[in-house]
Amino acid sequence: MTDVLAARDLARHYTVGGGLFGKAAVLKALDGVSFTLAARRTLAVVGESGSGKSTLARLVTLIEPPTEGGLFINGTDAIDPSRRTQKALRRTVQMVFQDPYGSLNPRKKVGAILEEPVVINTDLPRAERQDKALAMMAKVGLRREFYDRYPHMFSGGQRQRIALARALMLNPDILVADEPVSALDVSVQAQVLNMMMDLQEEFSLAYVFISHDLSVVRHIANEVLVLYLGRPVEQGPKQRLFDNPLHPYTRGLLASTPSVNPKQHSQRSLIKGEMPSPLKPPSGCAFHSRCPHATDLCSRDRPKLRPLDGRTVACHHAERIG
Amino acid sequence: MPLLEIRNLSVTFPTARGVFRAVDGVEMTIERGDLLGIVGESGSGKSLTLLAVMGLIPFPGEVTADVLSFSGIDLLGLGRRRRRKLIGKDMAMIFQEPMTSLNPCFTVGFQITEALKVHMGGTRAGRHRRAVELLDLVGIPAPESRLSAFPHQLSGGMSQRVMIAMAIACNPRLLLADEPSTALDVTIQAQILDLLVRLQQETGMALALVTHDMGVVAETARRVAVMYAGQVVEQRDVEGLFDSPSHPYTAALLDALPERSTGRDRLPTIAGVVPGAFDRPSGCLFNPRCRFADRRCRADEPRLSPYGNGRTRCHYPLDVDGLPTGARAAEARPA
Repeated sequence: MTDVLAARDLARHYTVGGGLFGKAAVLKALDGVSFTLAARRTLAVVGESGSGKSTLARLVTLIEPPTEGGLFINGTDAIDPSRRTQKALRRTVQMVFQDPYGSLNPRKKVGAILEEPVVINTDLPRAERQDKALAMMAKVGLRREFYDRYPHMFSGGQRQRIALARALMLNPDILVADEPVSALDVSVQAQVLNMMMDLQEEFSLAYVFISHDLSVVRHIANEVLVLYLGRPVEQGPKQRLFDNPLHPYTRGLLASTPSVNPKQHSQRSLIKGEMPSPLKPPSGCAFHSRCPHATDLCSRDRPKLRPLDGRTVACHHAERIG
Repeated sequence: MPLLEIRNLSVTFPTARGVFRAVDGVEMTIERGDLLGIVGESGSGKSLTLLAVMGLIPFPGEVTADVLSFSGIDLLGLGRRRRRKLIGKDMAMIFQEPMTSLNPCFTVGFQITEALKVHMGGTRAGRHRRAVELLDLVGIPAPESRLSAFPHQLSGGMSQRVMIAMAIACNPRLLLADEPSTALDVTIQAQILDLLVRLQQETGMALALVTHDMGVVAETARRVAVMYAGQVVEQRDVEGLFDSPSHPYTAALLDALPERSTGRDRLPTIAGVVPGAFDRPSGCLFNPRCRFADRRCRADEPRLSPYGNGRTRCHYPLDVDGLPTGARAAEARPA
């Protein structure tokens, strides 16, 4: 099994401030993220807002170059590629966004929305483009007559289907989905998740699935990457992480997710306080300010990612916690 | 006498194509110290129900009800002056978007003491003391210095805590919360829900919590009302609802939750979509999407009637095995 996507120590830093007043500061939005992803596999990226999930999506989709690290798509180095390679690579990575009300151009008909990537990237004649769009619409469960309609005529779930169809028009290998079902109702969410799983099988897609909803992640993911303040804190197969989370942050996230069993009230407020500012991350382990297990060591030394019990975890006290 | 009594509440909006009934004959009672969860998908009328109780339905919406009373006071016939005395004091509401619910032009302290000044009077120093006490109560660190903060200086979680502090400032007897934790991260959501439940228990106020998240309902509420297309379709205690839902919609909604499915399989879905303003079916509003529907469901609209330890709006409410009862029982049950 070959990896379609490989990231090695990816980092993205931003310089903020530094105008007329005050000193510039470096914001480490993402730091030290490595993973590999094979076809038909799903990597879920979880974490609170500000943890670097969407920054990772921007790097993987080549919207922004990483500050450091390596990124390989189908074995091709995606850092600083030539214009030609970049254009080719971008076809293989497509994206679906969270808000289907904002991600579709309200002034274009569904057909035009679906055909736009084909127009830009290929020289297919008009009739074939239309056939391709209609075939894709059938695949995502949209009726033929929707071809001539505008996005405002559709519900949230249908719009997300249009967004998915658009992303698949160029037969990509990798689909980055940034909270694709968060804006949808439960019953519609189930439909879209089912469809995403079917499409993954059919097109041999690799998914980078960004979500804050752990019950959705548990359903769809193979691998899970937990980010906190831009750094990976725990990473590994879904089963391992959900059955026995070793990092206190993963543990807290799981405990915070409301359970649908009213008899089994979870111990909820496991994580105290709020995420600190990424401009002034705490010393040592970034999580120590909110961690119930923190010791002096945690505020001094930043724990390195290390393999333990079938996954990697960045915590000094992982053995004690597990 | 219940604290809040709602009988046959409807909210209608005139549109170019006729009258749209967004809330349709809702029945609900909330007792003192109750914790009711109201759950439904978008467009089910759950938020509008709360807004109707608060008298906040915007023009040209129209509210009608057989009974809409708060501890014996008729809310429909209430004059503006008297309503203002009641709202924000005995009955308060918090909203989904904490960032947009606070006025960006005034400090947190000003906004909290404003409610106190209007409803409780007292001295300036006394109000200041109470504001500090309130911020402390909702878990804001360094409350004294936070009083002079402006909303943009607060995170989403902190803003929601301030909203809660404002809402409970005058010791309301009923707190209406419209998706109070939806815009927040899970960790902060858990903190806010814990806070609301703790305050509810400590002060003995009644809490009505509107949410689309079944998990939130299961974790917090004692009783649940499930809404669909403007109607209450099922009302139960929370354990009963999650154990053996009696309305097919509730059952289907629970089945669609990824958490309830096992492994990486397909999720059961509900076919079709929620009826819109002008394609409401005849009979039971859920019948086009219900797998048990028959001719009677398509012709007669069921009423919200007692069933088990709750009430359900279905001709053939489901039994503990999730199969319809009554006349449909024989056909649906495998031989």
